[in-house]
Amino acid sequence: MKQGKNLNSASRFSLITLALLLSFSSFLFAQEDTTATADTAGAAESETSPAAQGGDAAAGKALFNANCAACHKLYDRATGPALYNVTERRDREWLYRWIKNNKELRDSGDAEAIAIYNEYNQTAMNAFPQLSNADIDDILAYTNTPKPEPVAPAEQAGGGGGSGGGVSSTVILGILAIVLVMLVAVLFLVNNTLRKFAVAQGVELPVKESRKPIWKAFVENQFLVLVSVIVLLLGGAYFAYGWMMQIGVDQGYEPIQPIHYSHRIHAGENQIECKYCHSSARTSKHSGIPSLNVCMNCHKSISEVADATSEYSSVTEDYSKEFYDKEIQKLYKAVGWDQTTQSYTGETQAVEWVRIHNLPDFAYFNHSQHVSVADIQCQTCHGPVEEMEIMYQYAPLTMGWCINCHRETNVKMDGNPYYEKIHEELSKKYGVEELTAAQMGGLECGKCHY
Amino acid sequence: MSSNKKYWKSVEELNENSSIVEALKHNEFPHEIPTDEFLGNKDTLDSSSTTRRDFLKYVGFSTAAASLAACEGPVVKSIPYVVAPERITVGKADYYATVMADGFDFASVLVKTREGRPIKIENNKMASVLGGNNARVHASVLSMYDTKRLQGPKIDGSSVSWSEFDQKLGQKLNGLGGKSIVLLTQTFASPSTTKLIADFSAAYPNVKHVTYDSIGENAALDAFESKYGMRALPDYDFSEAEVIVSVGADLLGDWQGGGFGPTYAKSRVPKNGKMSRHVQFEANMTLSGGNADKRVLATPSEQKKIVAAIQSLISGGSANTGLSPELDAAVKSAAKQLRNAGSKGVFITGVDDANAQMVALSVNEALGSTIIDTAAPKMTRQGNAQAVSQLVSDMNSGAVGALFVVGVNPAYSLPNVNEFKSGLDKVEVRVSFNMKEDETGLLCNYLAPTPHYLESWGDVEMKKGYVCLMQPTIKPLFDTRQFQESLLKWTNNDMSYYDYLKTNWTNAEKSFNQALQDGVASGVMTPAAETAEVTEESITSNGAITLSSALAALVQEGESAGNGFELTLYSSTGLGNGEQANNPWLQEFPDPITRTSWDNYLTMSKKDADRLGIENEITSKGALNGSYVTVTLGDVTLENVPVFIQPGQAPGSVGLALGYGKKAAVQEEMQVGVNAYPLYKDFKSTQTVQIKKTGGWHEFACVQMQNTMAGRADDIIKETTLEIFNTKDASEWNHVGHVDYNHSEISVRDKNADIWESFDDTFGPHFNLSIDLNACTGCGACVIACHAENNVPVVGKQEVRNFRDMHWLRIDRYYSSEDTFAEETKTLEELPAMDSYSVVEIQSYDNPEVAFQPVMCQHCNHAPCETVCPVAAIGHGRQGQNQMTYNRCVGTRYCANNCPYKVRRFNWFLYSENDEFDYNMNNDLGRMVLNPDVTVRSRGVMEKCSMCIQMTQKTILDAKREGRVIEDGEFATACSNACDMGAIKFGDVNIPDSEIVALKNDKRKYYLLEDIGVKPNVFYHVKVKNTAEA
Repeated sequence: MKQGKNLNSASRFSLITLALLLSFSSFLFAQEDTTATADTAGAAESETSPAAQGGDAAAGKALFNANCAACHKLYDRATGPALYNVTERRDREWLYRWIKNNKELRDSGDAEAIAIYNEYNQTAMNAFPQLSNADIDDILAYTNTPKPEPVAPAEQAGGGGGSGGGVSSTVILGILAIVLVMLVAVLFLVNNTLRKFAVAQGVELPVKESRKPIWKAFVENQFLVLVSVIVLLLGGAYFAYGWMMQIGVDQGYEPIQPIHYSHRIHAGENQIECKYCHSSARTSKHSGIPSLNVCMNCHKSISEVADATSEYSSVTEDYSKEFYDKEIQKLYKAVGWDQTTQSYTGETQAVEWVRIHNLPDFAYFNHSQHVSVADIQCQTCHGPVEEMEIMYQYAPLTMGWCINCHRETNVKMDGNPYYEKIHEELSKKYGVEELTAAQMGGLECGKCHY
Repeated sequence: MSSNKKYWKSVEELNENSSIVEALKHNEFPHEIPTDEFLGNKDTLDSSSTTRRDFLKYVGFSTAAASLAACEGPVVKSIPYVVAPERITVGKADYYATVMADGFDFASVLVKTREGRPIKIENNKMASVLGGNNARVHASVLSMYDTKRLQGPKIDGSSVSWSEFDQKLGQKLNGLGGKSIVLLTQTFASPSTTKLIADFSAAYPNVKHVTYDSIGENAALDAFESKYGMRALPDYDFSEAEVIVSVGADLLGDWQGGGFGPTYAKSRVPKNGKMSRHVQFEANMTLSGGNADKRVLATPSEQKKIVAAIQSLISGGSANTGLSPELDAAVKSAAKQLRNAGSKGVFITGVDDANAQMVALSVNEALGSTIIDTAAPKMTRQGNAQAVSQLVSDMNSGAVGALFVVGVNPAYSLPNVNEFKSGLDKVEVRVSFNMKEDETGLLCNYLAPTPHYLESWGDVEMKKGYVCLMQPTIKPLFDTRQFQESLLKWTNNDMSYYDYLKTNWTNAEKSFNQALQDGVASGVMTPAAETAEVTEESITSNGAITLSSALAALVQEGESAGNGFELTLYSSTGLGNGEQANNPWLQEFPDPITRTSWDNYLTMSKKDADRLGIENEITSKGALNGSYVTVTLGDVTLENVPVFIQPGQAPGSVGLALGYGKKAAVQEEMQVGVNAYPLYKDFKSTQTVQIKKTGGWHEFACVQMQNTMAGRADDIIKETTLEIFNTKDASEWNHVGHVDYNHSEISVRDKNADIWESFDDTFGPHFNLSIDLNACTGCGACVIACHAENNVPVVGKQEVRNFRDMHWLRIDRYYSSEDTFAEETKTLEELPAMDSYSVVEIQSYDNPEVAFQPVMCQHCNHAPCETVCPVAAIGHGRQGQNQMTYNRCVGTRYCANNCPYKVRRFNWFLYSENDEFDYNMNNDLGRMVLNPDVTVRSRGVMEKCSMCIQMTQKTILDAKREGRVIEDGEFATACSNACDMGAIKFGDVNIPDSEIVALKNDKRKYYLLEDIGVKPNVFYHVKVKNTAEA
């Protein structure tokens, strides 16, 4: 597994160098791209603005994200209908009334309103009396923004350039190698010819005095042999011990999971608190793998990742939008979510995650003790999870590693009445103000082994 | 890392199409090994293509490959819920209140579930009736994970769906042509079920309901019905009792439904110089006899006369009962004490005779006893023996068209089983509603499997006006359906039984949901109970019993005991009526009196055994063997019944436990003992039988053979009398040992007597366990609770016989003779070394006194085991726990040798996932009961009581998380939680004014073998006996 990781970093390194090599040209491409999209956006805006009665699409976007995005998408059906070009389908006055208080509209017996209410499983939309007509105009202006064309071709062009560079460097290296080989051959030939000349000319070549070979001298020196054998044995033992101590230690274990879940996107870019999903870490011994209904709290409305053009995009060079979207579909399949009807089918399928942190049966570990009582950051043991595209085991999880931490870490006792009396007496005993877990009895075998 | 790797064990496996690999999956060798051919002919050996060198190459390669592959760990899968239930947090336990009601055991329980699996039964402390649990109730959780359970409905042996089952059975039921449908059920004591049965009999013509208890209380029910007009049993609250006189009633066993232990134990602890006095007249040595202050031997026929005599003595007469002078004196004394105690006295009897029960009721009435409660009687036994007999003859006459057998197993437990079987042949539709395909199920053509009580809904009226609710704690494991659900289906009621229960709930005090949460509710008077009497077959052949006729009949019957031995059938503490015979915890549970597991046996007095030439011998390995006898009762003969020579058995009487010898739906390992039900003739627990010795030896799995403490009694069990306890200084009856120091004697509690440096245990929790020998009745609930909590393995009969039982907590039973311990010591010292043991041993045979002593790891502060461990696998915690680290242990067993209390247990084998054993830890279903917080120990590892460190650690963690100080009473162990007698108490001695501190400062406190100076954290309370004669 270690090798696998190294390989990964090696390939990343080569990619970076490649990127550097080509940075100049791709930079130029990028420049062109952005101007192009800006142009099209501007064009679209100028096109729709007269119809939008002066609505400000930028202000509308902010309002949309704040009020509507939980249930509506521009181009796809979500909890509510897709809103792109809604102004063409509905009367603007009707829209004002509907958005401000749709219940009133429905109660007034408006057939259109009741029809749409029934179409979406009678899920009532919130009323937004706080929105002015101008605000609604802004939002409607935003909803008329056409779907931006994917910029994938441009990206691919960049990628193609990259791979071309790769080929050429190999060729260059190959040529260099051939040149080197030829050089060696030429030198050899030259040397040979010169010798022949010398023989022909009768020049005396100096004859090397045959010395005792070094290995013989070494063998005869018994002391040296003994010392080197000892050194070899000790060295061998050292490495053998080091290697054997790795047995059962799965540091860096990075299995492929049935659904590619990126902690980088969730915990890193979106800054979702660890304990939002791993909620049982607060109260239970297990941190718990979140059940799929927890995923659906957000993924009901997030069915795809933003593409590369968006400032919120999480797409990287290794993982494309298509890749991520496919993974979200896997989630939908497992949890039985029908996107078109926005409802659960009831056909579920448990996900068999590969467990990464495997403590042996005889070791007891309680998350809540560390997370809730001691207030230790998850990252202390799990590493920079917010940067991990694929989750791996960061810590060795050996007993020595646990014990070290218990020796060095002070117990957080402030403001916890449980510790008051113990703290008083123990700090008197050890003559210190802060107490480590070890001083609290955290090194006793029975505290973790029962 | 390794998710996509293929693992292989030998080179051949790499060949995809290898037939060898395929063959090897099924056989050990692909072909028959031609060993003779191969080794017998030298030529073939020489020309063999596989040379020795090749062979070694293969071996070397395979070994290397295997060891390389072993360096990679297995891929572990974690499968979370798709949609997590709101209440379940993985890793945290949930508790549900429910009630066990299997027809024999009724108990309010609290069920601990982890990840949706019930793993342990706790006592429901909110329950005021039957809230304490016996060993069987604690073990019942394992019976749910029984591999022998039926997994779906069957018709004529083939599996069908429930809808097909309903349809086919419905057709049959409608085409019975006037023949009756009979429901032969266990005691449900359930108002809703009674109502449902009434609904059912309204829907189908000619429905009869017969309630049957395999071990019934017919006599007591008849007597109570005759006197109070209701078929129920009187309830008793012994906590205020001053004098308890029992004639053959095992009130600490299953007598009249059991569950009297907690209040009895309360009255046994001396308080303000007073405690109850318990006089027991009995034939078998029972738990009650063991706990009594005075135990008088009386055969069943004598017991009848005693009952009559006590009645006449209480009512002022002085009847000449024809008893022996000793018995006569004892009876007179007992009657006098009863009279003196007045309303605080109580007279109970277990004589299985309606007349005797009638007399007992009237004696208590005459005394004005407040101990007995006849106003709100217990409903937990309702079986009607006459109705059952009537049913058997009806079946034989062909009048029964359909028989529903619900929760009982008559083909196993009926005494006239052959009659029943021949009658069953004449019944067209035979439906079994049971968890298993038991003896009766095998004879039925319709099998409707029912769920375990932990998977069911229900209500149980344990006592008049006191209802408990049963709720499922897990989704049914198999395709089962409750009997009640079936009745609802067949009465075309679309309701689920849950809704039915809810609509029947008419309690004003508690809402249904509140009652469900609490598990109990009192003050309930359901209208359903009133309609009950209509459908119940009520046949009382005796008619009304009058006191005078009862007395006359008793005396006459007492005289007319026939020739032969008087047999008393009883239900054992472990197996009860045999319903849970396939439960390995209960099979391995040593009987509190005989300390023998995996068996039933004929208990016999030494005197009778000598007369018949019957022997119990101890083999050179220390195991116990016993002779076989043949027991004959009329035309019933039981062959090869082993005999256990029981000290304190009344001469002329023998005892035999029911509930053993079950074969159907019982694993082979657990098909032990002999079925004694054929001797339960006419549903009478006492019979006169003929006994003849036969050849051969039976091998017992008995874990405690010594009946003496060989003069060391004073350091192990300390006993005194109430009189001495009240009048003398503690140093006289609770002697503290002395040791030599500087040529003078000092107390072992003196600072100078301690050669070790003490641990500083003045801060943080420091745990102590207190055991009150007065309150401990030896019931064994703690043993099973410990089993369940700590994943203690079951080892099987042979291993128990080898003294390799794994119980972390044992209850030692000691006999003491009429001699005092001091006399015993003196006798020992005067005799030559080789003779001494047998002399003190034999003395205790006649009628010994009994003491029970739970012993677990004493968690010594100066533990001898800690110092001898070469790998430091045993450490001492600041909290007082002696900590055994399994992963560090290499199995030298030095610690066990150095332990003065013999509480360490060694894993001689791997007891889990091992094909050599077939108990709960060796199948997927049984492993579901394991406690996920406790390690399952491997082979070669020492283990012992951990003082339930997982429970104390949890209490501490909860307090830390909630940021609060721990209150007194929060800390508990499995045994202290299970002990409803209040004998085992656990707590932190650093909490000032806590209960455990008070117990520690009590003058009755003593330490086991205190002289050796190991400073245990477990202490005992001196046993006080109330020996005062009137």
